[in-house]
Amino acid sequence: MLKRAKALFLSLLSLVVSLPAMGAAVAESSTRQLNMPQGVTEVSQAAYDIHMVMVWVCTVIGVGVFGFMFYVMYAHRKSRGAVAENFHENLVVELLWTIVPAIILIVMAVPATTALLKVYDTDNPDLEIKITGYQWKWQYEYLGEGVKFMSELNTSLDEVYGREPKGEHYLREVTEPLVLPVGKKVRFLVTGNDVIHSWWVPDFGVKRDAIPGLFTAGWAKTDEPGIYVGECTELCGLGHAFMPVVVEVKEEAEYNEWLAGKKAEAAEYAATIGKQWTDEELMVRGEEVYERSCAACHQSNGEGIPGVFPALKDSPIALGPMEGHIAILIDGVAGSSMQSFADQLSEVDIAAVVHYERNAWGNDVGDVTQPIDVLNYKQSK
Amino acid sequence: MAHGPATLADGWKAYISRWVFTTNHKDIGTLYLWFSFAMFILGGAFAMIIRAELFQPGMQLIKPEFFNQMTTMHGLVMVFGAIMPAFVGLANWMIPLMIGAPDMALPRMNNLSFWILPFAFAILTSTLFMEGGGPNFGWTFYAPLSTTYAPDSVNYFIFAIHIMGASSIMGSINIIATVMNMRAPGMTYMKMPLFVWTWVITAFLLVAVMPVLAGAVTMMLMDINFGTSFFNAAGGGDPVLFQHVFWFFGHPEVYIIILPAFGVVSQIIPTFSRKPLFGYSSMVYATAAIAFLSFIVWAHHMFTVGMPIAGELYFMYATMLIAVPTGVKVFNWITTMYKGALTFETPMLFSIAFVILFTFGGFTGLMLSIAAADMQYHDTYFVVAHFHYVMVAGAVFSGTAAIYYWLPKWCGKMYNETMGQVQFWIAFIGFNIAFMPQHFLGLAGMPRRYADYGLQFADWNMVSSVGAFIYGGAQIMLLFNVIMTIRKGKPVSEEKVWEGAEGLEWTVATPAPYHTFEKPPEVK
Amino acid sequence: MTTQVSNRRLLIKLLFGAVVMFGFAIFVLPPLYNLFCEITGLGGKTGGKYEAVDVQIDTSREVSVRFVASNNAYMPWEFRPTQDKVVVHPGEPTEITYYARNTTDRDMVSQAIPSLVPNIVADYFHKTECFCFENQPLAAGEDINMKLVFIIDPDLPEGVKNLTLSYTIFDITDSASDLVTQLQ
Repeated sequence: MLKRAKALFLSLLSLVVSLPAMGAAVAESSTRQLNMPQGVTEVSQAAYDIHMVMVWVCTVIGVGVFGFMFYVMYAHRKSRGAVAENFHENLVVELLWTIVPAIILIVMAVPATTALLKVYDTDNPDLEIKITGYQWKWQYEYLGEGVKFMSELNTSLDEVYGREPKGEHYLREVTEPLVLPVGKKVRFLVTGNDVIHSWWVPDFGVKRDAIPGLFTAGWAKTDEPGIYVGECTELCGLGHAFMPVVVEVKEEAEYNEWLAGKKAEAAEYAATIGKQWTDEELMVRGEEVYERSCAACHQSNGEGIPGVFPALKDSPIALGPMEGHIAILIDGVAGSSMQSFADQLSEVDIAAVVHYERNAWGNDVGDVTQPIDVLNYKQSK
Repeated sequence: MAHGPATLADGWKAYISRWVFTTNHKDIGTLYLWFSFAMFILGGAFAMIIRAELFQPGMQLIKPEFFNQMTTMHGLVMVFGAIMPAFVGLANWMIPLMIGAPDMALPRMNNLSFWILPFAFAILTSTLFMEGGGPNFGWTFYAPLSTTYAPDSVNYFIFAIHIMGASSIMGSINIIATVMNMRAPGMTYMKMPLFVWTWVITAFLLVAVMPVLAGAVTMMLMDINFGTSFFNAAGGGDPVLFQHVFWFFGHPEVYIIILPAFGVVSQIIPTFSRKPLFGYSSMVYATAAIAFLSFIVWAHHMFTVGMPIAGELYFMYATMLIAVPTGVKVFNWITTMYKGALTFETPMLFSIAFVILFTFGGFTGLMLSIAAADMQYHDTYFVVAHFHYVMVAGAVFSGTAAIYYWLPKWCGKMYNETMGQVQFWIAFIGFNIAFMPQHFLGLAGMPRRYADYGLQFADWNMVSSVGAFIYGGAQIMLLFNVIMTIRKGKPVSEEKVWEGAEGLEWTVATPAPYHTFEKPPEVK
Repeated sequence: MTTQVSNRRLLIKLLFGAVVMFGFAIFVLPPLYNLFCEITGLGGKTGGKYEAVDVQIDTSREVSVRFVASNNAYMPWEFRPTQDKVVVHPGEPTEITYYARNTTDRDMVSQAIPSLVPNIVADYFHKTECFCFENQPLAAGEDINMKLVFIIDPDLPEGVKNLTLSYTIFDITDSASDLVTQLQ
């Protein structure tokens, strides 16, 4: 019995001891990662270092304490003829094991404090990015650059529900990643739109809660281009697990090119609003948008979840006048989970999804919603 | 009831009214224990659903919104339905026996504080069948997910929490009154068994913080229904305030769960070491110190909300301090074993496992206290692993130890030692298979309360699920062992069931008669 | 019986304690928290109206202040600062505006909530005039330029050079319906 406990403990211990080696070997998240990533920023390195200090301190103390305990369990068992003594106090020993741990803690507080100071060193940024958590996606706004976009999960619900095989990047892919330049200090201003979310990129060591009405700051500066994946870490409703963070760090030239491209895109976009879209074009785009932004609640088949999320199939709104349908998406429904999509979807996307909802799953209104209708609605006020 | 309690032989009516109207501390203790076990099975069933869904990536069995209800209900039922009532049950049974009192101080209130509990949980569980589903905002129910964005059933949830709070407060007042006023002559405070000490400190914690929880849910209720803005930024409130209020309750709450467990283990280890508890008075002081510290460390659950650095540093240092009194306790238990004459019956095995697992959870707790590292650990499976090591090892392992330890005294039958030990090993191994991998998952980046996860987390999740099923099976075996003991166990009649046991509870007859210490014993 | 009497006394005392703690949670903790926020700048909440005092303008220092606007859920208004950022000297009063337009066909009332990054220096950011002091009603389709005048305290800790001030607007039409009637 004892030996088994001992063996089990030793095997656990060997896992702990081998942590640092494994951690180093898998800087990129791999399937068998056991330890905290070292990451690519000063902050993540500091977190890793203090983490390893703690692991080792705890391991040494643990080996000592448990070692002694297992020795006692072996040596002082009745079956070996041990006779119990009767002592139950020793002031010196008791003081000692109060004071010594206290001293160890005081010593450990020093590196712990230094590490924390790094986390808070957010001043003098080269670039500021506002990050807003939505149910269930992220919005990134490059402050002062006029660039802002939504970044949402790009894994299809078919993969989630096992109707299609899961891709290599299952739940780690987004429509558009956050793009950052190397070597620049980036300050993240994190806030929430609806409920509390939390923006986390392990390789940056940045985890900040996204709280409505409140801005908190984190920062990152890295010299290593690459793709870094993170998650939402505060329960935010049913899509909590489905709003990953993907960050792409690019060389400066590439980054500038990307940024210029984004700005041009915005200008170009203005032109597409005026364009007349065909029924097929709208249905294709509408289905994409629907799967991404609506299906989590209203379901792929448009039937919703009874009592929680209303069905769109045969709904009076989807079958009613177009303007009323657009109004729901632009203004939201106060006091329900249906929020305003005015900021989250482009006019083209709203037009497409409205058209799709009015003409899918047996809904057959037959009218064609154009982006210009959406724009007109927005401006008619 | 001079002729003793009604049994089934007296007819159903008499039997049922005995249990409904009972004011006997042993009856009420029994009711608490069976109720908490039923809740433990219910909460465990929720956990099994969670682990079955997480067995593989992708959504196989349930939808995400139901998953969120499961994680929420698992937490609520386990904390408020299983663990807390289990220890109140033990307190009801054992505290009067340990201090030589004929009953609890306020027997009618005792009856009331138990019988409102089933209603609270009936209400809470019924929300699962309501339109819109049950609470889905996590057992920590952060606003605004639990206010503006909550399902309609949230009002029932709030009502249920109020009832549970009232029950806990009444139970605690009863325990405090019993310990302060009902001790046998000569039973000074510093002669009380440690289980009594830890419980009386816990009871004070409960009286202080359960009303704070009630306050938090009341503010939620007003925000939802009466247009106030405690937690709503638009009206001048602050969602972060909710977290402060919640954790002002929540951190003492975790010590409420763990302190009685310390007490149980401090009874069992000396018995099977055949040696008095080492450092009794330092144990008492350490318990009091932990209780005090629990009030001043709450915001370490909130390192990522963006507190000023001075606040983070303060909460970090204060949290690290908790390691000192906790360490004292662990050293005391081990030194109690040192130079004893050890035997390893089932209660002792569970107690030793408690010391190992709790200490391990303590280590990860110390790691979590380091704010800079917590930025990486926070709200990941590392935290899930940590608090299951502390709470499951703390509450369930020690609770199981207590059942095996006192069961012969309660029912006059001895459990089957082989079965007990087999159950221990299944539980111990299953527990570690379930929760050890969750440390790795968390460090590798898997957040908690995730209904689905990327392929990189698949392997450890599968291992963890297998472990969880094994651990779940071990609890069914515990139920089986208890029932078999009551029905077919070998009768024991000596007062002192265990060779090394000390204390007043081992001076009464076995099984413990319905009324004990009607004449107070003399304590030297 | 003396035990029974003392049991009852203890019961009353402890119940009283529980009630006190309940009151503490509802009536003391929230104001205490707000006070705490004001003192420490927790959450980046900048304070209420500031009465300007004569201070030296510290021309040797420059601080850049960036302005950010956010809409909370259900808030479809157009809302943005009219300037991206300004560079100011501590002690110097600066005026900027935010633009807001009610894009809906309903009369609505909004409330803007400020948050300053870094949070810790919120106490050094003084507003002598701010649209966030009061809620803002706008009739359907109406727009407005809203004024903010601020002074950065010359005691702003050394080394802080970049402030970012964000306003999030919330729809409070339901709880401020009296203002909506005034619009009509």
